[in-house]
Amino acid sequence: MMVDLGEWRVAGNAELPKRLTPTRPLAIEAQGLVKRFDGAVAVDGVNLSVPEGSIYGILGPNGAGKTTTLRMILGIIDPDSGLRRVLGHERPHEVAHLIGYLPEERGLYPAMKAYDAIAFLGALRGLPLAEGRRRGRALLEEYGLGYAADRQIRQLSKGMAQQVQLLGTLVHEPRLVIFDEPFSGLDALNQGKLETVIRALAAKGTTVIFSTHVISHAERLCDEVAIIAGGKVPFAGPVDVARDHIAAQVRLETRLADGAWRAALPAGAHHERKAGGNNHWQFPLPESGVEPLLRALIEGDAGIVSLSIERAGLHDAFVAIAGEAAAQALLHGQGNSEEVR
Amino acid sequence: MADARKDVGGRLSTLRAAMVIMRRDFTAILFSRSFLFFLLGPLFPVLVGVMAGSIGSHINQGGERAVLGIAMTARDAHAMIAAARVLAPHTNGDLPDFVVVKQLRPGERFDAPGALKEGAGNLAAIVSGTPANPVLTGPAATISGWAGELSLIAAQAIGHGATSFPPIKLAATVTSHTDIHHGQILTAQAGQTLLFLLTMLLAGMVLSNLVEEKSNKIIEVLAAAIPMDAVFLGKLFAMLGMSLVGICVWAAAGEALILTMGDALPSLQEPAVGWPLFIGLGVLYFAMGYLLLGSLFLAIGSLAATVREVQTLSMPVTMMQLLIFFFASYAMAKPGSAVELLAAIIPLSSPFAMLARAAVSPALWPHVLALCWQMACVALFVRVGAAVFRTRVMQSGGAAGRSARRGGFGRHKRLRA
Repeated sequence: MMVDLGEWRVAGNAELPKRLTPTRPLAIEAQGLVKRFDGAVAVDGVNLSVPEGSIYGILGPNGAGKTTTLRMILGIIDPDSGLRRVLGHERPHEVAHLIGYLPEERGLYPAMKAYDAIAFLGALRGLPLAEGRRRGRALLEEYGLGYAADRQIRQLSKGMAQQVQLLGTLVHEPRLVIFDEPFSGLDALNQGKLETVIRALAAKGTTVIFSTHVISHAERLCDEVAIIAGGKVPFAGPVDVARDHIAAQVRLETRLADGAWRAALPAGAHHERKAGGNNHWQFPLPESGVEPLLRALIEGDAGIVSLSIERAGLHDAFVAIAGEAAAQALLHGQGNSEEVR
Repeated sequence: MADARKDVGGRLSTLRAAMVIMRRDFTAILFSRSFLFFLLGPLFPVLVGVMAGSIGSHINQGGERAVLGIAMTARDAHAMIAAARVLAPHTNGDLPDFVVVKQLRPGERFDAPGALKEGAGNLAAIVSGTPANPVLTGPAATISGWAGELSLIAAQAIGHGATSFPPIKLAATVTSHTDIHHGQILTAQAGQTLLFLLTMLLAGMVLSNLVEEKSNKIIEVLAAAIPMDAVFLGKLFAMLGMSLVGICVWAAAGEALILTMGDALPSLQEPAVGWPLFIGLGVLYFAMGYLLLGSLFLAIGSLAATVREVQTLSMPVTMMQLLIFFFASYAMAKPGSAVELLAAIIPLSSPFAMLARAAVSPALWPHVLALCWQMACVALFVRVGAAVFRTRVMQSGGAAGRSARRGGFGRHKRLRA
């Protein structure tokens, strides 16, 4: 079996296939989801559109409303108001057999054997028990855990038990996989393995949604993200579009400090003369692009040493979109996590 | 890929989903130590009962027969004792023993209260005066109890008693209507008590099972995959299945005991509907009683996060169930009354009341009606329990939410992402 993980790919959005097209059907559609607990608003009018086959990140600090949003999407709890549609169904349990879910708080029956635990999770999603057991053993073999197939969960290490639960989440070959903070508690090696699994799933056409408060994971993996803070979603869309909230920065190094070409530089360009005598300039990428500037620099013989255009990172975009406070909370959450990054 | 998925299953109905949970729980419980304790559970009340009965029997056997003192002239005292001896064979040993406290001279007065106060001979009471005018002195409760017997003896002593005792020809019947009714009430009481003990034992186990599930953190996986109704139903029926296995084991053990000890065991009056139907109804009412109480306990368990919270929350329900048991027992003594009807309608007391009815009344249609009503109540309880779970429990996420717990019932001040 079965779950083809494909080849290991080095992290980086540049290598991810751009699978999204505007006409792609939506795996998840949420409009105006609201949830209150004891009068406090946990989720306040969340809108999400997750294209089928995409890797979608829900990015936000602890307490932002990520888990509550996912639970509403899964039908574990119902929204107080708003609409949700999962794989075309308004009642998520109707398509439960097409969904895999790994909650943040992992848990299995301690007395169950590993292969049986996988089969049980599959059975909950409609996979016949005998087939689940067969696949469970095969998956454990495939992931190098075959020796532990007949061990009870209580006899496994925490990391191994987490892997067993992950395999149980995927054993029925779901069309939509939802992970809640999947990287929390994993060491660097297992985080890398999980990234590979997520990419392999997406490559097969499976929609993957995961929540995280670690920007780097979202930045490396996601086609689209929803930034969530204070129960609201101030941005949802492609990662590139999020980055575009901050203009790309041009970094220029010239031998000369002045000349006719200076007129081509924006008025607010930051200038600094470094110890080697060269001049360093930094300014936002002009709306007209870099070509007119480059032409002026060459014609004006500015003595170009280097010129680079640096796009904003997702973190900068997060700060610009969700605000400094949310970004601080995000960083605080990352600092508090036990992840090895 | 979609085709491959079709090959291996599909959306689970609530019943099929409940079966998945039931199968897992049933297997897990059956091979656990809890099941062994469950099997041994009824042994403890039986042992305690046998021990208490044995001690009570010893106390009864060791108890002294009542002795009345006689303070009369020698002739009168002798006449009284002789009369008592004549009557004794015809009164099934119900007459008191006599002991002469003092032989009085003619015209001598005797201070009976004073003699009793001094504790003379540890007597229950003292008879003085003459057989024609006896005076019984002693505590009010004692002397009123012996007045009839003493009157009979005195009449015999003065020659006004029976001169001959015609032999009675005994024509025995199996039993009288009064005996049957009394016996059936005893059968009903035994059935109710057994039902109560079993349901309480099982409901407690199903509650522990759910709390364990929550502590294993698997409950969210279950809630995401299948409706909570199915989770609750699966758990309830797993425990029910386990208890039926237990009942079979106990029945086999009981049968072996009957075969071994035979007549030495006390027997119960045959219930009005007959033993086979009574046992069948007993199993059904046990199932309903357990499902009703179990679903209530599951709703409580879904609200509680810790064993301590479970104990706090379940205590009022346990007390309420005890009251309901007493209510159903009381209603049994009022056949055909509004109290009995009420006991049959209130969901939690209905199984007890109806089992008692099966013991004393042969009509079957009320049982069909009651079972339908109880099943509807089970469905309602499960629905409400699942709804409570969905609205009150899954309110927050992980550690942050837990640290901000307000103190139970699954409510959190701070909401986790």
